[in-house]
Amino acid sequence: MPKLTIDGREIEVEAGMTIIQAADQLGIEIPRFCYHERLAIAGNCRMCLVEVEKMPKPVASCAMPVGEGMVVKTNTPGIRKARQGVMEFLLLNHPLDCPICDQGGECDLQDQAMAYGSDTGRCQEGKRAVPDKDYGPLVQTMMTRCIQCTRCVRFISEIAGTPVLGGLGRGEHMEITRYVNAAVSSELSGNLIDLCPVGALTNKPASYTYRSWELKKTESVDAMDALGASIRIDTRGNEVIRVLPRVNEDVNEEWLSDRSRFACDGLKRQRLDRPYVRKDGKLVAVTWPEALAAIAARLKGLNGSKIAAIAGDQADAETMVAYKDLLASLGSAHLDCRQDGAALDPSVRASYLFNSTAVGIEQADALLLIGVNPRKEAPVLNARIRKRWQKGGFKVARIGHKGDLTYKYEHLGDEASVLKDIAEGKHPFFEVLKNAAKPALIIGQGALSRADGAILLGLARKLADAAGLVGDGWNGFNVLQTAAARVGGLDLGFVPQSGGKDVAGILDSAGKGEVEVVFLLGADEVEMAALGKAFVVYQGTHGDAGAHRADVILPGAAYTEKSATYVNLEGRAQQTRLAVFPPGEAKEDWRIVRALSDALGKSLAYDSLKSVRERLVRASPVFAVIGEVTPAVWGAVFGTEGTPAGGALVSNIDNFYMTDPISRASKTMAECTAAFGGGCNHKHKKTGTHG
Amino acid sequence: MSFLDRTTRAFLLTELFQGLAVTLRYMFKPKVTINYPYEKGPLSPRFRGEHALRRYANGEERCIACKLCEAICPAQAITIEPEPRSDGSRRARRYDLDMTKCIYCGLCQEACPVDAIVEGPNFEYATETRAELMYNKSKLLANGDRWEVELAFRIAADAPYR
Repeated sequence: MPKLTIDGREIEVEAGMTIIQAADQLGIEIPRFCYHERLAIAGNCRMCLVEVEKMPKPVASCAMPVGEGMVVKTNTPGIRKARQGVMEFLLLNHPLDCPICDQGGECDLQDQAMAYGSDTGRCQEGKRAVPDKDYGPLVQTMMTRCIQCTRCVRFISEIAGTPVLGGLGRGEHMEITRYVNAAVSSELSGNLIDLCPVGALTNKPASYTYRSWELKKTESVDAMDALGASIRIDTRGNEVIRVLPRVNEDVNEEWLSDRSRFACDGLKRQRLDRPYVRKDGKLVAVTWPEALAAIAARLKGLNGSKIAAIAGDQADAETMVAYKDLLASLGSAHLDCRQDGAALDPSVRASYLFNSTAVGIEQADALLLIGVNPRKEAPVLNARIRKRWQKGGFKVARIGHKGDLTYKYEHLGDEASVLKDIAEGKHPFFEVLKNAAKPALIIGQGALSRADGAILLGLARKLADAAGLVGDGWNGFNVLQTAAARVGGLDLGFVPQSGGKDVAGILDSAGKGEVEVVFLLGADEVEMAALGKAFVVYQGTHGDAGAHRADVILPGAAYTEKSATYVNLEGRAQQTRLAVFPPGEAKEDWRIVRALSDALGKSLAYDSLKSVRERLVRASPVFAVIGEVTPAVWGAVFGTEGTPAGGALVSNIDNFYMTDPISRASKTMAECTAAFGGGCNHKHKKTGTHG
Repeated sequence: MSFLDRTTRAFLLTELFQGLAVTLRYMFKPKVTINYPYEKGPLSPRFRGEHALRRYANGEERCIACKLCEAICPAQAITIEPEPRSDGSRRARRYDLDMTKCIYCGLCQEACPVDAIVEGPNFEYATETRAELMYNKSKLLANGDRWEVELAFRIAADAPYR
């Protein structure tokens, strides 16, 4: 552990660290452009020059390893002069168009030019201009502003694993560009915008619509996928302008997937902003009391066994618990939050969690992917798996659809029978898992929502027990959820009660007329035609499939418009915050249920968000711990025995850019689908927004 | 003694004649009043009057909707909505100026990087209704077109001192 002195302060750091990292630990700020703590060190901007005693010249602190007894000075007149020189060189070819640049106000170059820039330039020659590149519908390029820090190149090849960017030419003629003429088709491409220290790469959908200083910033949690990344919602007035990631080392580090970042324009389109009731086959706008009265009239005298509820992928825990209580008071046992029919066992918590946790997956040394495409289902988590793979000594194998995951893996086959072979120890990969210190498997919703999902789940559990995936302080059994609501719904028990029907059962009996009223809680992915003649109450945010089928529409709030609880795939309860108000007459979802319960004469026992959350804690202690993972106990048996059916295992995400009502309403996501084809189009099906 | 002095002055009307002398003196001096509105006093090139949005010589509007004037305006009289125009350039879809809020401090023209928003020499724009004082972009551009010669002259005249 070398000891060094920086600006008169001593610090002992690990060998191999660089001066800039040691200075960061001390809180001494060294200006930088190319250095980023999560990317490889490039050392090409030269802004981080410092003086080291006994060295003849200033050294780039980002690339200089610490040495025993080094004496570093970061703020001498000589260093200031050197940095001013570097800044002058950087500004030689920078257009200084800050007034029209979207980065203006949050630009590293702008900030540091205030400290090290000169008020006039000495250069009489013209500035160079670089043609703009087309990076697709998400990233706007203005390459003349580029200072060649190569952060984007390093991110796209190291973190995202899609090495499509690079530097061409040298000296003044260097340009950052793609190798081939195609859009940057990474699910993490939005992070390039955050990484770019200047305005060369900016947010295309929001370009020229905002200035950073006029946005109100609300720290919240993402609900577009099950990872529950920490986000910051930037709003102006009652409009979400952009979504940015927040640093959360436990969940998303500082990355965010493109859907979570860019689907926010879907929050402004196709919104349900007032209640509707279907009269004579047409949806007519009505007032709240009329809508609630219409439901009460239909439910009057109806036996509880003829009522059912299905929760969608973005339903929050407060609303689900309220619906659960309402249906219990109506005498119904038919409720389910697994609208894709995934064979998740609600009684064993370990059977539906990502037990390794997102951080923990970095410690695994062997991984089996079963019917899952983490690149499409949880791109940020996939970046973690890639990070682990880059360290070496990590064997990955995959059963199911073959495609690029940004890291190398062994494709064991498409059929579920391979899983049976491995679970029974007949396959060579069983030995790999058995011999690994921290083996793990990830099973996806694509596998679990098959008709034989329970058998596959049982096989995965059998494999976990046989190959020693679960041991002291390590649980390598992981289910990759894709719906933000799913774990929360299972935790609080939004599942068929005793004698109740699951989603398939509800749809079946609705078709037969045995279930007469179905509440859809933002559930748009169920087969609407199967609902038959049932009276459908749709509570949701967008005019999607469910709203088209509905007899009564109750307009709810999206995840940016309410303070709500979601449990992410690791079992981490997190709360969103209200950033903007719901549009029109739309209301916070649990309040709608509360009002509905009054109209039905079955008033629920809570009136405030606080008391709903107390009710949640009574439903499951998971909701008492916000922001931390509540781990699950391994032991109970789940899944069923049997032989899996044939047919390839495929991911349940068909089009990465359109998975939920918000992203289906988003213009940006539609452009992405057109540009990138939505990824692996193996089971294209029409959604409610298809004309 | 003072009684005698005061009484003598009162009877001789000396104070009256002193005052009349002042009047007489001013009768032969040049007049300081002007016959407004037929005559007008001189204005400094820095006079801050009614606002205008200027154009470049080729007719292109100068404003790039950078929002610096909106940010600096201490009275929060300016509202701008930027948008990418069809040719890809950044322009203001909306540029609203509430003249009833404006305190004529001139910070907007100081902040403007392209000399688009300026306070011109015009101070005669009283209106009959409040609504007429809510200026929009077309009104401000029309002002700029009408006053351009003068605005350009004022900026040039002030340039050596900046």
